[in-house]
Amino acid sequence: MNGGTGRLLARDAVVGYLWVTPALLLLGSLVAYPFLLALYWSLTTKTAGIPGVFVGLDNYVYLLGSPTFRQTLANTFVFTASSVAAKLVLGMAAALVLDQTFRGRNLARGVFLLPWIVPTSLSALAWLWIYDDFFGVISRVAIDVGLRREPIPFLSDSILAMFAVVLVNVWRGVSFFTVSFLAGMQAVGQELYEAAETDGAGAARRFWHVTLPGLRPILAVATLFSVVWTFSDFTIVYIITRGGPANSTHLLATLAYQTAIFGGKVGEGLAISSFMFPLLVLVIFLQLHFLRRAQS
Amino acid sequence: MAVRRGGPTRRVLVLWVPLVLLMAFTLFPFWWMLMTSIKPDTELYDAKQSPLWVKAATGAHYRDLFTQLPFLTWVGNSLLVSGTATLLSLAIGTLAGYSLARLKFRGATTLGTIIFVAYLVPTTMLFLPLAFVVRWLGLYNTPWALIATYPTFLVPFCSWFLMGYFKTIPREIEECAIIDGCSRAQALWRIVLPLATPGILSAGIFAFTFSWNEFIYALTFVQSPSYKTIPVGVVGQLSTGDVLFWGKLMAAAVLGSVPIALIYSALSGHFAAGLTTGAVKG
Repeated sequence: MNGGTGRLLARDAVVGYLWVTPALLLLGSLVAYPFLLALYWSLTTKTAGIPGVFVGLDNYVYLLGSPTFRQTLANTFVFTASSVAAKLVLGMAAALVLDQTFRGRNLARGVFLLPWIVPTSLSALAWLWIYDDFFGVISRVAIDVGLRREPIPFLSDSILAMFAVVLVNVWRGVSFFTVSFLAGMQAVGQELYEAAETDGAGAARRFWHVTLPGLRPILAVATLFSVVWTFSDFTIVYIITRGGPANSTHLLATLAYQTAIFGGKVGEGLAISSFMFPLLVLVIFLQLHFLRRAQS
Repeated sequence: MAVRRGGPTRRVLVLWVPLVLLMAFTLFPFWWMLMTSIKPDTELYDAKQSPLWVKAATGAHYRDLFTQLPFLTWVGNSLLVSGTATLLSLAIGTLAGYSLARLKFRGATTLGTIIFVAYLVPTTMLFLPLAFVVRWLGLYNTPWALIATYPTFLVPFCSWFLMGYFKTIPREIEECAIIDGCSRAQALWRIVLPLATPGILSAGIFAFTFSWNEFIYALTFVQSPSYKTIPVGVVGQLSTGDVLFWGKLMAAAVLGSVPIALIYSALSGHFAAGLTTGAVKG
């Protein structure tokens, strides 16, 4: 019997290695290899046409002295921090609403997910049209009801433009938080709420002392995912502002695209996107930490 | 919180008012999309008409998509790319996910970690070097450029998602089959896969959605109009110089979003469960 089990385990190991091979080959050739290529090329003067020469950290030094790049770095930070914070708070509020019992709850939950599942490129187009100076609905309604005489220059004012792209990111991504929180709330024991209520805790205190601590693990994981997706975002800014006005909404990804694809400066473009690396490493480290804790 | 107290006034304040605001915020861009797509240009660009309502609805913008733009070609490309990439990734992800969930071998945990880390690497960090790899492979400007590269985010997702799902299936069922003489491959094919159908279906729907919505790879790896997917084809119309294009663009946005919305509403039970099993890229 023991010999049979041993053989079975040995055979399982062979099958195991065999079956993960396709995934590993794919990730090795189309994720790890290009990733290393990117890090290496970011140290060269590579352009679209020529291989370029090794220049060490020159691209990075140049970028850190470039006002456009510094602005982009600051924009990425502002965009990520404000979007994630807003999604977290609004996502929690929405979860508290959608967790209540009412008719049509499933429909409401489904509707709330729509912005997250439809193509961002297409909904971003709708937002671009919403923000349109002359025929956009916000300007039109503001003028019609007498709030303003002039159209609102959403995309030609640097602060309004940043607000505009953050709003779209929040609209698109908030339901990821809500769905995560709703799942987490299911896991918080009903008896905890009942005990808290018996002890005379009001709704606010029940939220603070029962719901929130219960949601902490899922809150951490959802926030970390959202941080990665938000600081690496491309589509919303590319479509709505193209980084403008005057680079005030450029993110690392859109500036890297513009530098490498339009400008042809591949090495410099890769150095720009490499600035996502430190934050990515931090998020990976924290995610793995939470993952291990969840598994043990 | 399921604990409910207080009168109807309280319920209006904590439920209905925020719910209505939430739904309005969520649906407003879709309403605007839909209204624009059925408005004649004379109403769209007339400041005297109400922007939120339509007087004489028209299907002209939808018709133009098919007569003036290669919209049908874009739909075909999106279907081809998303369908093939999804099937490919499901196959690779099922094998990897099953191995990591069930088979004991040295390094299995590390491999699981590697796949998870690969899932976190943003596409915006990879699109530039991948563009060169795609060129070297001779796939640049073909649908295969996307079919080959979409699995870079679909396979980690499917493997991770299905690994979680396989762990929920009692291991005794397949162990009986193996003691009766089934090989691992037979056990997976005949016993585990039928039981895992809901999980595989959910993973497939997510994978299809991610492919359908993907933008930066499709924007970078494909140039010719005949190979563009819906997002890139539609967004490309912005730079044609024509400014009276909003009716057409919004009609395309409606048609590009509806299939995904329909799939989700038909399978809403599955996806809610699925979302929580594995977190999802978006």
